[in-house]
Amino acid sequence: MKNRSLEASQKRMTVLTYTALIIGAILMIFPFVWMILTSLKTVPESMQVPPTIFPKEMITTNFGDAMKSLPFLKLYLNTGLMILFRVICAVAFSSMAGYAFAMLNFRGKKLLFGIVLVQMSLPSQIFIIPQYQMVAKMGLANTIFALVFPGIVSAFGVFFLRQTYMGIPKEIGEAAYLDGCNQWQTFYKVMFPLTGTSVAALTIFTAVFAYSDLMWPLVVNSDLNMMTLSSGLATLRGQFTTNFPVLMAGSLLAMLPMVILYLIFQRQFIEGIATTGGK
Amino acid sequence: MKGFKLSPAARREENWGWIMVAPTIIGLIVLNLWPFVQTIYTSFCEHLGFGHYKFVGLANYAEIFQTPEFWKATWNTILFCILTVPLGLFLSLLVAMLLNAKIKFKGGFRTIFFLPMVCAPAAVTMVWRWIFNGEYGILNQVLGAHVGWITDARFVMIACAVVAIWSNIGYDAVLLLAGLQTIPKTLYEANSIDGAGKVKQFFTITLPMVSPTLFVVMIMRLMSAVKVYDLIYMMVEETNPAVTSVQSLMYLFYRESFIAGSRGTGSAIVIWTVLLIGMITVIQFYGQKKWVNYDV
Repeated sequence: MKNRSLEASQKRMTVLTYTALIIGAILMIFPFVWMILTSLKTVPESMQVPPTIFPKEMITTNFGDAMKSLPFLKLYLNTGLMILFRVICAVAFSSMAGYAFAMLNFRGKKLLFGIVLVQMSLPSQIFIIPQYQMVAKMGLANTIFALVFPGIVSAFGVFFLRQTYMGIPKEIGEAAYLDGCNQWQTFYKVMFPLTGTSVAALTIFTAVFAYSDLMWPLVVNSDLNMMTLSSGLATLRGQFTTNFPVLMAGSLLAMLPMVILYLIFQRQFIEGIATTGGK
Repeated sequence: MKGFKLSPAARREENWGWIMVAPTIIGLIVLNLWPFVQTIYTSFCEHLGFGHYKFVGLANYAEIFQTPEFWKATWNTILFCILTVPLGLFLSLLVAMLLNAKIKFKGGFRTIFFLPMVCAPAAVTMVWRWIFNGEYGILNQVLGAHVGWITDARFVMIACAVVAIWSNIGYDAVLLLAGLQTIPKTLYEANSIDGAGKVKQFFTITLPMVSPTLFVVMIMRLMSAVKVYDLIYMMVEETNPAVTSVQSLMYLFYRESFIAGSRGTGSAIVIWTVLLIGMITVIQFYGQKKWVNYDV
């Protein structure tokens, strides 16, 4: 008797769990669905009262209009190059420093690592005015270099990879050292290949962060052809204040590459971002 | 061991250490440490244009402290934290617990909840502007209301808070789920023999056991809420009359420094924000002793 009531309550619990999750999932996905549906409507239809859910006549011209008002190919290229260079720099420099801080003894180590921690605890906006002035003084505003500039070193990357190297037994490095590798070879040939998961996580974290960043690209590259997808969208917002189908089409175009990558590498994305969590 | 009597091997190790941290340290000094000092200095200066500055002492601080817009922005930032952090954490914990149950399509649900994380705020706020649109937005049509969610000073903060919570739920839930999965199942089994209800189980087992993770997520969420800029900037453009009712400190910083060109006051605002972050951190670390359970 008691057993049956327990079973019934468990069943009720399961139904409740699914209901809550499905409602939650609908709320999460609705804005994306609405974005797609609106991007396929004509402007008058998008403003119809009461609204139509599915477009009566499906049009794709909104995408063409968005691409006419924003140089999307350039934006993809700029964003892609910014991400590429930031990832390369973050992985290379952070791996080297992370390895040294975790594995090697040298004077000034604590003090130097202190600099890393200070940078991590300060908001990036505190650096932005002087960074902008440096770029402007070098005459490098409106370049790819300007987009990459604040991301050349990643204090977070150093901190994160140091943790990873600290998790690798020191004996592995010592064995390689006794086999005649110097410190650089030990790092490059033996230790670095062991950090694949963490490097992947740092790559994803750096890429998503750079792709989402808005203030820096807005400040440093005002030329439409040198903008990123994010800052480009900000100008599109000013151009079409009421033409929502075009705005939706533009947003979709900006989101598409990252969403596709996410859907392919879901596990790496979620676990990668979850392990780098805390920043 | 100090100083001069290093063995050749130890000296080589030291040299390698210096070489390997050099790019990072040089980068941090040029890109962060020196700019940090410069920003502090700039906050005591007036920008004369073209990168020339005049020292004015505390004038910038005196100026911002007398501006109602600055205090409004400070309050907006605090209000944004109050509106988004507790409710966001509650909902994320709820989602994490639901995902931690024995269910099918766990991966599918996780993928959906996490999706906003990989979408640039600039792109997702665009559709939220459309949903919240006062005249044709779907929300008003469904509610049969005529609320200017983005243009009415009374509602604009709520609209931004909704977008912020929606954007972060999946990310926070994934972190909390990892915390929940470390709770040994045997704890629950022992407890259910005692006949404890689900609610009691939550307060006696789940919450204390997950509290360290919850604390980390809360700190992270608070820090990013204090620095909020992109979401509000995209939701509410500068020409929107409701902008003063929602602009955060970082939004005001952006407008002062890069639109108005007063880099001195802009720097003073960012220094003020750092002090605010410091204060919140100190309060948190004292507060955590009361509710975070580390004897696991």
